[in-house]
Formats: sequence, C-alpha cells, structure tokens
Amino acid sequence: MNQQESLSISSHQLSSSLNTAQKFSLTFIVIGIIIQLLYCIGSIDIQPSIILATGFGFIIFGSILYSHYQYKGKTRGIKNDKVWFNSLTNRGVWAWALGIFLTVFYVLLYWFPQYLGHSDNGNNSGLIKLFDPLSHLLKGKPTSQWFVYGVLYTLIILLLGVKFIYKYRHNRYQCIRTLSIIFFQTMIAFLLPEILISLNLPFNDFKNIWPLNYSFFYSWHIDEMLQNGSFGIFILIWGILSILVFTPILTYYFGKRWYCSWVCGCGGLAETAGDPFRQLSDKSIQSWKIERWMIYSILVFVIVMTIMTLYTRFSGKAEFLIFNSYQLSRWYGFFIGAAFSGVIGVGFYPLMGSRVWCRFGCPMAAILGLIQRKKSKFRITTNGGQCISCGNCSTYCEMGIDVKSYAQKGQDIVRASCVGCGICSAVCPRGVLRLENGQLDIRERGIRSSC
Amino acid sequence: MKVVIIGNGIAGTTAARYIRKKSQHKILMISSECEFPYSRTALMYIYMGHMKWEHTKLYDDQFWIKNRINRLKDHVIQINIRNKKIALQSGNIIDYDRLIIASGSQSNNYICKGNSLIGVQALYHLQDLHSLEEKTNNGINRAVIVGGGLIGIELAEMLSSRNIPVTMLVREKSFWNNILPEEESQLINNHIRTHGIDLRLDEELEEILGETTVQSINTKSGTNIICNFVGLTIGVSPNISFVKDSELKLNKGILVDSHLQTNIEDIFAIGDCAELLSPDSGRKSIEAVWYTGKIMGKTVASTICGLPTEYHPGIWYNSAKFFDIEYQVYGYVPVKDPNTDSIYWEHKNGLHSIRLVYDKSSSIILGFNLLGIRYRHEVCEKWIKEKYPIQNVIENLSLANFDPEFYPEFESEIVNLFNQKCNKTIRFSSSRSLDLVNQFLNT
Repeated sequence: MNQQESLSISSHQLSSSLNTAQKFSLTFIVIGIIIQLLYCIGSIDIQPSIILATGFGFIIFGSILYSHYQYKGKTRGIKNDKVWFNSLTNRGVWAWALGIFLTVFYVLLYWFPQYLGHSDNGNNSGLIKLFDPLSHLLKGKPTSQWFVYGVLYTLIILLLGVKFIYKYRHNRYQCIRTLSIIFFQTMIAFLLPEILISLNLPFNDFKNIWPLNYSFFYSWHIDEMLQNGSFGIFILIWGILSILVFTPILTYYFGKRWYCSWVCGCGGLAETAGDPFRQLSDKSIQSWKIERWMIYSILVFVIVMTIMTLYTRFSGKAEFLIFNSYQLSRWYGFFIGAAFSGVIGVGFYPLMGSRVWCRFGCPMAAILGLIQRKKSKFRITTNGGQCISCGNCSTYCEMGIDVKSYAQKGQDIVRASCVGCGICSAVCPRGVLRLENGQLDIRERGIRSSC
Repeated sequence: MKVVIIGNGIAGTTAARYIRKKSQHKILMISSECEFPYSRTALMYIYMGHMKWEHTKLYDDQFWIKNRINRLKDHVIQINIRNKKIALQSGNIIDYDRLIIASGSQSNNYICKGNSLIGVQALYHLQDLHSLEEKTNNGINRAVIVGGGLIGIELAEMLSSRNIPVTMLVREKSFWNNILPEEESQLINNHIRTHGIDLRLDEELEEILGETTVQSINTKSGTNIICNFVGLTIGVSPNISFVKDSELKLNKGILVDSHLQTNIEDIFAIGDCAELLSPDSGRKSIEAVWYTGKIMGKTVASTICGLPTEYHPGIWYNSAKFFDIEYQVYGYVPVKDPNTDSIYWEHKNGLHSIRLVYDKSSSIILGFNLLGIRYRHEVCEKWIKEKYPIQNVIENLSLANFDPEFYPEFESEIVNLFNQKCNKTIRFSSSRSLDLVNQFLNT
C-alpha cells in the first residue's frame, strides 16, 4: 500500500526545474542589456567595442541557453501547449504591449530617428551610438539608424531561428529551411553589403528582388549602378535576371516557398520572430477576399510607379496622363515601403499574425503567387481519407489559408498565398499533408476524392 | 422531401453534406451537444491550448446557410414511427420523411464503488471537456486514468500538458495489445513512460474512495493511490437509449442492413450507433471510428437521394497519435495469426517502426502498421486491393513514403531485413517523387 507518487517522474517536476534554468538564462540577457544601457547613459566609460562584445555576448549566450532549456527537457514533437492560454500569443495584455512597443519603435526608426539617438553629423547617442563600434569595425563609418536596424534584424533572425530549430528539432524540413533563412539574412543581406561598402562598392542585397526592392529602378539607383563599372552592371543584370528568369524558373519547380520561406528577409523574420504569432492570422473567407484585392492593387501600384520613374529618367518628364512619378514614388515609399511593410507588417505581429505584409501587401509575393497558382509543380497533397478535420493545419497557417477545408475533402492545396513553410504538415496529427513538387493535379491522378 | 438527421457528428454531417450535393431535399440536423458540428477527435487540443473550440468547427458558419442545412439544438426524447414524428425535449414536435440516426456513442461506465463521486468522469462530449476544465481549475493533484485505449492515452497527454501527474491503469499486459502487435505495443509503453506517465500494466481499478469527492482509489492488486481525479476511459458503446422503447430492432446498436436501413423503412442509422447485420468479411459489426462514420454518411446520402447504395467501406484504415508518435494502419494487421508473417523494423530511438504483414502461403501483402512514419493511403490501398506479392511491395516501398521532404528514409533497412529473412537480393531504389506515385496509381 501507499507506494504511489514515487514511481512517477511527473512532468510537473520537470517543468518547474526548467523554469529555473530559463530564469538563469534570462539573467544573462538582462545583464547584457544593462551593460549596454549603462554605456548609453554614460555611466561607464570603457572602450565601446568591449561594451558591444560583452553586451551582445551576454544577450546571445543567454538567449541560446534560454531556447535550449525551453525545449531540451521536452520530447521531440509538436510544442503548441497553452498557445491559446498565453497572454502574449492570444492577443492578451502582453501582446498589446509588445505590439505597441514594436509599432513605436518602427515609427521612430522611419520618421524620428533622432529619438533613437541618431545624429546627422555622426555624433550619435543612445541606442544608435551603441552600434558605432561595430559600424566602424565593418565599414569605418558612424552608425546610421538603418545599420542599427540591420544588426537587430539579423540578430533576431539568428537567435529566434535557433529557438525555432530547437522547437522543431524533430522535423528536418523545418531545420534545413531555418538554416537557409539564417544564412541568407546573416551572409547575403547583412554581411555581404557591408563588405561591399568597405570595398567602396555600392551597397547591394542580392536576394532583395524588385518589386519587393521597389527602389531598384529608381533613377539614383540606376545611376549608382552605372557609375560603378562592371560590378555595377553586374548588379543591374543580376537584378533584372532575378525577376525575369530566376523567379519564374524556381517558382515553376518549387513554388513560392523557394523565396518566401527560404530566402526572403521579411519571410525570415516572420518565420523566426513571428512564429509564436502564426496562429493569429485571420482564416475567414472575407479576409481572403481583402487579401486578393489588396495584394494585386499594390502590385499594380508598384508597376505603374516603376514605369513612371523609368519614363521620367528617359524622357526627363515627370508627368504622364494623371501620374506624377515623384509623387508616386514618394507615396509608395511612405504608405507601402515604410508604413505597411514595417509598422503594420512587424508592429502588428502579436495582434494580426506574422505574415500581414506578406499576405496583404508584398508585390513580390503577388508575382510569385500568380506563378504558383497558374504554372507551378508545387502543391500540398492530402493523404487519402486520413483527415480527422481537427483544424490544427488551418489554425497554424500563418497565411490564413483554411487548409482543413481542402484536406477533409481530400483535395490538393494550390493557393497563391501559400509560402510553403510546411507547418501545416508538421502539426497534422494524422500524417495527412505533404509539400510536393509534383506535376499532376489530384483530379488527373485518378484518385478517388475521398469523402 | 424532408430529411431529419439526429446527431451532428462526423457521420451525420457527412450525410447532410452529400444529400445537399445530390438533391434539393430539406435537411435538418438535431443535436443537444452543440450548435455547430465540430471535430470530436480534436477535443484534446482545445484542453491543451493548441486550439480554441471555434477552430475545430468542421465548416465555417456561412457553410450551413449557403448549403441550406438547418440545425437545431435540442434533445430527441422519442420517435413516433407510425406518424413519422420526433418529440423533442423543448416540447416541439418535428416531422420527417426520411430519418437518419447518427447519435454516436456514449462512454461506458465502470461498475465499482464510488464511480459517481465528484472527480470521476469520462471524456467524449464537449460537456465532458468543460467539466474537466472546471476540475483542472479547482486543482488536480494527481489523476488516475482507467483504461488503455485511445481516449485513455489522449487524456493522459492532455493532463500532463497541464503539469498534472498521471497514473494509468491498464488491464492488459501491454498498452492496446488487443489491436497492436507485441513490438509496437511495447514501443508505445516505453513512449508513454518517457512522458512521465506512471503506466501500470496488468492492473485494474477496484474501488474509488471518498465522501463526496474522490480522495483515493484502490487497485485490484491492492495498491492505494491518492488522487482527486479519476478518468474512466474504458471504451464507448452506441448511444441509443432514446430509441429503447421504439419498434426499431436493436442489439448493442441499431441494427441496419447493407443499405444502412433499419428494420423500419425510411429510417437509417449510421456511424457509431449503427450495428451492421452482415458486415463485410474482416470487419466488425460496430466500428466506432471517425473514418467509418464518414463513409457511412456518404453511402446513406446516395441511398436517400434515390441511388440505393450498399455500404462497403473497402480496405480498413485508421490512425491515431500516441503523444509524439503518429500511428497509421492500412489493411489487415493481426496481433497474432499463424497464417500470416510479417517484416518488422524498428528504429533504435524507439520512435519509428514499420510492419508489413503478408500471407504465409501466397506471400500476398495484407497490411501495413506504421508508427512515427507516414505512408500514402492510396498506394498502400492499391497494393492490398490488387493483391501484390510482398517482394513487389518491398522493391517499391518508398512509393508509399509520405514523410516530409529531407526526412531520413528507412525503407532500405526494410529491404535488408527482407533479404535476410527470405534469402533474396533485392536492391533498394528510392522513388519518393509524386510523379512516380502518379504513374503507379494510374497503371
């Protein structure tokens, strides 16, 4: 008699010990932040590079340790417990707080960088000053707010990418995909352009393709490329080939995912920092309608704007019919480039999900989506009659696709918006969904469409 | 014509959907459980916080309006067969031309002392989930789950997601070993234990102790376990109490012929509550399974819409998930059958296994049993239906692999096992592409 409890190592005990370890890890992050804050307000006076190294060292070490302890003691599998009970991931107080914080940050970054400590004469203070040593190290110049943004952006993709890999360590597709995201952000988007600048070559992010990179055909940018000899011409040709040749071919074979969830920086942030919020995307048919209207309108907008700027460059005239190229590019830059992709796109992560920009706004996604919908091998297939209509796939689709409505009818999923992140397949408890690069539609496969 | 469906589970909902596809009949679904059909199998995910109840709705709310499928939240008390009328708890009377009974199952009660104390419950309905949530909020210091079936292990996973210590009492010597062959059952035993569950095999509940609420339980072997929650998950049986006094012929469930029609013309029964008078060979007369309900709903819809269709569910398939391990089965996988043999492979990490069952004398493939690996339904079904020899299946095994891209392929190890066992020299060739699958399915 009375021998219970001793036999079971309850998960309760496991998880409380984890919390201590996580608190321990958090201390490192907090120390890192405090070191940097003290430096910013001028309380400590040491070499900035030492501050930077130790401060960021603590933050990076602490956050990787945190991810490690968050998932280490747990078995390999889907980790969505309590997602809808958590204030941060269920639009609670913490979600609003984070949303407001991010929105304010973006507003300051785009329009009032002086409040972040930016100074036009290079005499930076505050947050911006903190990055001066790194900036000097990389390109021998004081920091701009964009450099700070780039460093933070890359750091977040790196650290939360590591966390994502821990979370999905049982899923090789997710691990490889996330390594790809980390590689493209750290190497191609961040380091390579900085190296180019230090070599006195024009800044260029080779994976940022027009029309996502809407300023590519701006007059000043064309001038910059033309003034930089053969390397400038290479950038120009690479940029044109990217949209006209690479994009259609890769999308034909692999679908939109080769870009949106493997390469793109916006997608990269959504897949790593945005992962805890993917379930907040709206799945209603109404929002699907809005999505189609918005994204194709913005595609038309960017095409008209680009044609107008090119027209102005070659004709010297700013006006054509009702359009004025300067006004168009100014509006696009303000409403789409800054307000939509930055403030709403990232600031609203905790409220509207991680892919608001990608789903409703990105003109590159619109082009990729059209190719994916009309002429691509990519599809998500369903496994016969195995669907139990549980709804996990739809719930965790960051693009707001009602995956279940297809799966429970045994239909293939071919949707313009699908970025091929593969999470629907991962969270499916019955092995129903698979991302495929196959030619034939289900109706041509001679398979009975199951009930 | 007016079709009334009692029950809005997967069987009833599927029937309604297909009747609408094929006809302009009036359709009314009655349920006392909830207003909108939802996925019962997803109940666990609501408790675990993966989803909210709204996410588990089978269709969005507009679907019912668009398809003119009326729903009524009420409880059926009695069916007046002669006048074709249904009496509801609200006092309303509803008439019908065709009636489909799809009232599902109810949890079996465990007959023992203390089984009605506060803290004892089953898990089947939405209402059970609400009551579990309430008990959780009041504090569960230890839960004892009685029964080693699919709902039992789901309940164990649910409770441990809320950090509640769980003891599982399983009558059998190994988990679900009346369905799973020994090796797979053993693998799941181990997996349950890695999740911190106190799994006690070959053990049964004797009595539940307490005054008004549960304080502890005694097992048959004489162990006392202090707990304030007891989950009774010892199976389900047809929910047919409301037709007990009618002229409908009943056994365990409502008896139906091969057209799913009861002994009364114009009354049909489908899903968990139906009991087949003459099931297809190898199938049970009552199969309380999601997929069966779905196929029955589709079949009865054809009959009601003027195309009498016999119920033939085809090759058996099913699936489940045991904590992190997905389970799929296609065809015939016996616990023990001297006329069959099998190739069994298991990963050393204890998370994946594959079993191919074949007929000993003819070497024809009979079934697939998979843990932690996804196989294609259509491919396995075709192999079984068209009686492929095991060697042929083994040679092309990766056609069936449905795991995500970049996952390791274990099929080559099966080929090696087969070569050893049968003295063959088959060479493994990977062929996981969808195009090759299409080619195979279209030949």
